Amino acid sequence: MATSPSADLKAQNVDRDTLTESPLRTSHSFTQRRFFRWGEWIAEQLTRLIAFSTIAVIGLIFLFIAREAIGVFSAHDTYPSPPSQATPEVYGAEPPEAASPEVYNPEAEPAQPTTERLSSPAAGNTPSQQPLPLLQNLLSTTWQPVSAQPKYGLLPLITGSLKVTVIALLLATPIGVLAAIFVAFFAPLWLREAIKPIVELLAGFPSVVIGFFCLMVVGSFVQETLGTTYRLNAFVAGIGLAIAIVPVIFTIAEDGLANLPRQLWEAGLALGARPWQVVARILVPAATPALFAAVLLGFGRSFGETMIVLMASGNAPLLSWSPVEPVRTMAATIGAEMGEVVWGSLHYSILFLIGLLLFAVTFTLNSIAELWVRQRLLKRFRGLTT
Amino acid sequence: MAAPIPLQPKIRTFELNVYYGHKHALQDVTLEIYANRVTAFIGPSGCGKSTFLRALNRMNELIPNARTTGRVEIDGINIYDPNVDVVQVRRRVGMVFQQSVPFPKSIYDNVAFGLRLNGRPSKAELDEIVEQSLRRAALWDEVKDRLHHSALELSGGQQQRLCIARAIAVNPEVLLMDEPCSALDPISTAKIEELIEELKRDYTIVLVTHNIQQAARISDYTGFFYLGRLVEYNRTRELFTNPQRKETEDYITGRFG
Repeated sequence: MATSPSADLKAQNVDRDTLTESPLRTSHSFTQRRFFRWGEWIAEQLTRLIAFSTIAVIGLIFLFIAREAIGVFSAHDTYPSPPSQATPEVYGAEPPEAASPEVYNPEAEPAQPTTERLSSPAAGNTPSQQPLPLLQNLLSTTWQPVSAQPKYGLLPLITGSLKVTVIALLLATPIGVLAAIFVAFFAPLWLREAIKPIVELLAGFPSVVIGFFCLMVVGSFVQETLGTTYRLNAFVAGIGLAIAIVPVIFTIAEDGLANLPRQLWEAGLALGARPWQVVARILVPAATPALFAAVLLGFGRSFGETMIVLMASGNAPLLSWSPVEPVRTMAATIGAEMGEVVWGSLHYSILFLIGLLLFAVTFTLNSIAELWVRQRLLKRFRGLTT
Repeated sequence: MAAPIPLQPKIRTFELNVYYGHKHALQDVTLEIYANRVTAFIGPSGCGKSTFLRALNRMNELIPNARTTGRVEIDGINIYDPNVDVVQVRRRVGMVFQQSVPFPKSIYDNVAFGLRLNGRPSKAELDEIVEQSLRRAALWDEVKDRLHHSALELSGGQQQRLCIARAIAVNPEVLLMDEPCSALDPISTAKIEELIEELKRDYTIVLVTHNIQQAARISDYTGFFYLGRLVEYNRTRELFTNPQRKETEDYITGRFG
């Protein structure tokens, strides 16, 4: 075997039969094609291993989140114990030595003293003796995980997430889709080549910077122009999310529109349609699956976005219809509370449950978007594309 | 060959030149195309015949860097005149492409597309014109039960006839056909050729084809393009039986292609 190892690597994807026809090997006999090539084998196995491990990592993360969330049911017995933060009043009355183990290592904290300490002030406090049933608690309208009687109502968080996402989509969809239409059909070539990479670059913009910008600039601007009561609110967060998802929507929509068969455009014009008529009546309807997928991906991205909403939404878990009141989203709740939660407590498990919900929603949306584009769009043009 | 309708020039070109960037794709073409006749243009690939066809309804303008000089007169009006609205030109000069491109809509909506561009025709009007156009394109019997199905369910030959129906629904005067049969099987091709025979009673048909026999079969006039020039243009029978130029003879006898 006179070939260098690099040539072996290059040839790894080539069918073995065609290898014998390559100029490098024409002088050799057929018997050599069965020769075992280590470099090739290692490269193949390595790529396979990496491909499977990425899938495995995602699966394991999901399993971990699910396992921790299952604690929602088993954490019943420790229910009265988690409101450790509700006890600070007690510390003042008690000698400080009780505080030290709790701060350092919640895991190692003996369960007995906590319940004892809790039971004494809670003796006159009947509600904490009879906690709400779990499901009823989760479906309540109050999120107060660290009160004397913790309330884990997810509704304000779910509606908060939906509210900012809907605001973001209402702002970002028209901008992203119209920009995509312009770039795909009306922009001269040089402009198209300038706009597309710039917008796609924006997709990689760090969300903390967008959040910071909203926190410092957009919040004040919105308050001054709209006269809102709260400087940081759902609308401000929606603007921040819109900044983050416009590039997503634009990129997918532009790809979908630009990949339409060119002949549709010509055929429309040849029938005497004006360019805008061709766009509105043929091309945009033809690209509906791609546009739908773009919006779905935008939805998934903003539903799961944490930093922007954490910084710009005001973070109050209020349940209201008003778009200019502060909200708390599911993702922001995890981001804000996970660092301080008692490990293994009900609150901890519920945060994982929220994570599971987020995961399920974004995963479903992304799958639908992907399948929708792949299946519908391709099927639609199977007879059309060259 | 002699059609009962008297010979009238419909389209006149004068020293028509088309450039794609620095490439001189079409050089000094001057000719007359007659009304209610089928005029075919033949020639090897890249000879400029499609470019010429697309110059007749200003479709070349869609290609970046394309530039056209000279005149194309339809009924005596230069369509490259700055006052002329290109949309009006294309409504009068319909076009059928090599690759059938039904819109991803229903069969009905495909045919009705051109009609709906201007104003809102009534349902009855639309129904009538759609049926009439599909009948003339010899497609009605095959699709009348599924007018509201997607046009992409049709076979290739049916799709091409749908495109013809769509083009004639807006009642153009000239119908340009850019290799309309090159992607079709012989049976579909025969149907379309038959259709072209029918349609020439009402339209002026200009056809570009790779298929020399097709030009000989269905056209009344034939032009031969070679290297961007119109080499010879004559009555089809004359051109095929008694070509005046050596290149024409070589091409139609299959010496090159």
